[in-house]
Amino acid sequence: MSDIEEPAAPRRVIGTPSPTPPAVDAHTEPAEPQFDAAPADPVHAKNAERLVAALFVLAFLAGCGFIAAYIGLEVGPVDAVLRSNLALGISLSVVLLALGTGSMIWVRHLTPNIEIEEERHDLNSAPADRAAFQREFAEGAAISQVTKRPLVRRTMLLATAPLALAPLVLLRDMGPLPGTSLRHTVWRKGLRAVTLGGNRPLRPADMTAPGSMITVIPEGYQDDEEALAKAGVILIKFAPGELHIPNNYDSGTLVSTMDWTINSTIVAYSKICTHVGCPVALYEETTHHILCPCHQSTFDAANGANVIFGPAARALPQLPLTLNADGYIVAASDFTQPVGPSYWERG
Amino acid sequence: MSDDAVKIPAGLSGVGGWLDDRFHGARGVRVLMRKVFPDHWSFMLGEIALWSFVILLLTGTWLALFFVPSMNPVVYHGSYVKLDGIRMSEAYQSTLNISFDVRGGLLIRQIHHWAADLFMVAIMAHMLRIFFTGAYRKPREVNWLIGIVLFTLGMLEGLFGYSLPDDQLSGAGLRITEGVAQGVPIVGTYIAYFLFGGPFPGNVIVPRMYIIHVLLIPGLILALVTAHLFIMFHQKHTQMPALGNTEKNVTGQPFWPYFLLKGQAWFFFIFGALAVLATFAQINPVWLYGPYTPLAISSASQPDFYMGILEGSLRMMPAWEINFLGHTISFSVAIPALLPLGIIFTGAALWPFFEQWATGDRSVHNINDRPRNAPARTGLGVAAVAFYGVLWAEGANDVIANALQIPLYTVTWISRVAIFALPIGGYFVTKRICLGLQRKDAELLTHGVEIGIIRQLPSGEFVEDARPLTDEERAVVEAKKVPAALPAPGEDDANGVPAPAARGMMGWARGVANRAFTETIEVGDGHGNGHGHGNGHGNGHGAVADAEHAAVGSGETGETGSHEEH
Repeated sequence: MSDIEEPAAPRRVIGTPSPTPPAVDAHTEPAEPQFDAAPADPVHAKNAERLVAALFVLAFLAGCGFIAAYIGLEVGPVDAVLRSNLALGISLSVVLLALGTGSMIWVRHLTPNIEIEEERHDLNSAPADRAAFQREFAEGAAISQVTKRPLVRRTMLLATAPLALAPLVLLRDMGPLPGTSLRHTVWRKGLRAVTLGGNRPLRPADMTAPGSMITVIPEGYQDDEEALAKAGVILIKFAPGELHIPNNYDSGTLVSTMDWTINSTIVAYSKICTHVGCPVALYEETTHHILCPCHQSTFDAANGANVIFGPAARALPQLPLTLNADGYIVAASDFTQPVGPSYWERG
Repeated sequence: MSDDAVKIPAGLSGVGGWLDDRFHGARGVRVLMRKVFPDHWSFMLGEIALWSFVILLLTGTWLALFFVPSMNPVVYHGSYVKLDGIRMSEAYQSTLNISFDVRGGLLIRQIHHWAADLFMVAIMAHMLRIFFTGAYRKPREVNWLIGIVLFTLGMLEGLFGYSLPDDQLSGAGLRITEGVAQGVPIVGTYIAYFLFGGPFPGNVIVPRMYIIHVLLIPGLILALVTAHLFIMFHQKHTQMPALGNTEKNVTGQPFWPYFLLKGQAWFFFIFGALAVLATFAQINPVWLYGPYTPLAISSASQPDFYMGILEGSLRMMPAWEINFLGHTISFSVAIPALLPLGIIFTGAALWPFFEQWATGDRSVHNINDRPRNAPARTGLGVAAVAFYGVLWAEGANDVIANALQIPLYTVTWISRVAIFALPIGGYFVTKRICLGLQRKDAELLTHGVEIGIIRQLPSGEFVEDARPLTDEERAVVEAKKVPAALPAPGEDDANGVPAPAARGMMGWARGVANRAFTETIEVGDGHGNGHGHGNGHGNGHGAVADAEHAAVGSGETGETGSHEEH
């Protein structure tokens, strides 16, 4: 650490010109260059020179090739895009790698291997400099009166406090308040369940084979992504006797029951994972397991979609189903509990 | 050198004079030209990150000429006929157009994506190099902290970047981001609604991520990279232990012309490697994923590798949710989202200061440690890598289960055990290996290098010939420095008073940490080697355990601030 005692700078009187800086700063004076640029082995150097030049010529040619490929090759169809990508990519790669290799051979074989040494200086300032700094800083503070007039100081801080909050306040209109919107989906009594993609309403007879699972959405919402992100539902058909849904309650509200199935064989669960909201898309027919491909939360479809494995902490909410007058599968009501990931206000 | 060889053309000299008349640059630039750059392969890792960032800026600016950051729905009728007539966002459509209708678009997109991955790989490798060699020590703690901030910014920048195309895969990532945000206690739903402008997915998240991705975060990264480089420049490089390298000098080759040529070569190599990858290795083929819809998902969905740790944390966590005074708290989400990265980043940020506290070493270090000479640090680094690695691998548990034909849940259970076992085991095994290597070094100093000749003495005894270390080798091995031992916990002075630093809980903890940091193998503590030279201690310290305890117990003189060189 620096113990070099430097004479303390003369105390500067405010208003006088600053003292002339020392003429020469010994620190920054580099050593005199004493290098010889002549290569040790002229033959070797000549070969290296030719190689480097050849690589640079190659880079030039490849660069011309890149421009030619850009002008000459069409894009659009997949195979044309791949052809263009290959031509542009290979020519660009050759340009860059030839330039890189050439530069490396240049520095390795054409320049003499010279090592130099530089002195390190202590990073901490000399005590005298620190003292002078402190003095001048304190002097400035005294001149500004900031230390002597707390009223000014404190009111200034007070004045800036709301200003500092303003950027946060200004973020308020980035979105609406959540309110109770997370508690509801667009499902309501009598709304038909239609297939995702086909928008086809379903009768129980349409789900013939036990074990089948299809994704359905509320009719008329096929283009409403916000609605779908909460209201997507999976319909699963069971063989008679396979389905056992316990009467589950959440905060006193019935959230799953056999009564909400069609003929005790068709059941509807929310497709939105109760972990972080991915669509639970994988269904294993033999075990009746529903698996979320994102984090592998696994739900037992035959048993109220209770969690068997993974990070999800709650069963998939069950949608009450019934049949309308025409025999189509419809919702008997909205979900009786919020769907999707947990959140603070969920209760 | 002859005057002819160093003569500058009149024109160039004129330009230089013009500039110097205005900026007074000759002196300063002359010093800069002579700036010494120490040569070591591992010093190039950070440079990879730097050049990747430059390539990201170049390619990203070009991509922004064609990308439309909008979620307005459109029906696609472009060149990619498989998606003809499909509803999608303008963002996704413009990404398809960049890939199929703009010449060179696919190449630049792929270079940009590969460069982002390389940027993060390089940051991690660079950070590990800094850690394992102790290059973060005084006076370079601030640059270490800047590096950690750059790492986190890089993760965010990447997440926002690969989410911009609004494809099925990245949309699933955004859905997870939204679900995690929603799970934050108290303010979660507000964060989610403000971020997405209402319920997920909304129609503002892409333009919002866009401006953050192309302006805010790159601006911050650029500013911090600049600060990082200026601080490094000002403080000068560390250097590896070698003959002639001291704490007071820095040796290597000058900036002009060596580093300029080498830096140029390295930039072209990195750019070239990325171009090769972009030509032959497809990355993020968004046209295969399709546009984002909230009810579709593909299995084996993985984020880019640097987000894998968060994905793995979410997958590993067992279900845990409580109701707290009528409010739902989902630890299934909060713990994996905050804890692992919190441990890694907070731990990394505090580490230099923890090490100073535990060792009492507040001195300046310009010579790096060899990892073996700091067993506790190296062990902890390996533990951190194991911790990160297990979480990262668990992020691809479905891929692993499929590849190795192990049941999926088994993979998750293995990871739940490994997340504790591997870091702890890794720490102790690594420390052992380091001490073993130190023992090897001690033997090299006392015994020399075996040269493969075995001689039989007239007495019938066999001896193996050894040559003494060269000066270069000796300088490397002898560069070992061990922090001074603090008074051991519970150790009293002659009057039965415990040393001030060893009092209380903190004193005890400090003593334990200090014991780990000062564990070392002294020269002469190696095995007796039969030659009888250099083993003046006799057999007293022959056993490993003895040697380690001896090192701890011998530090009664240690006090805060002192630093012994062994």
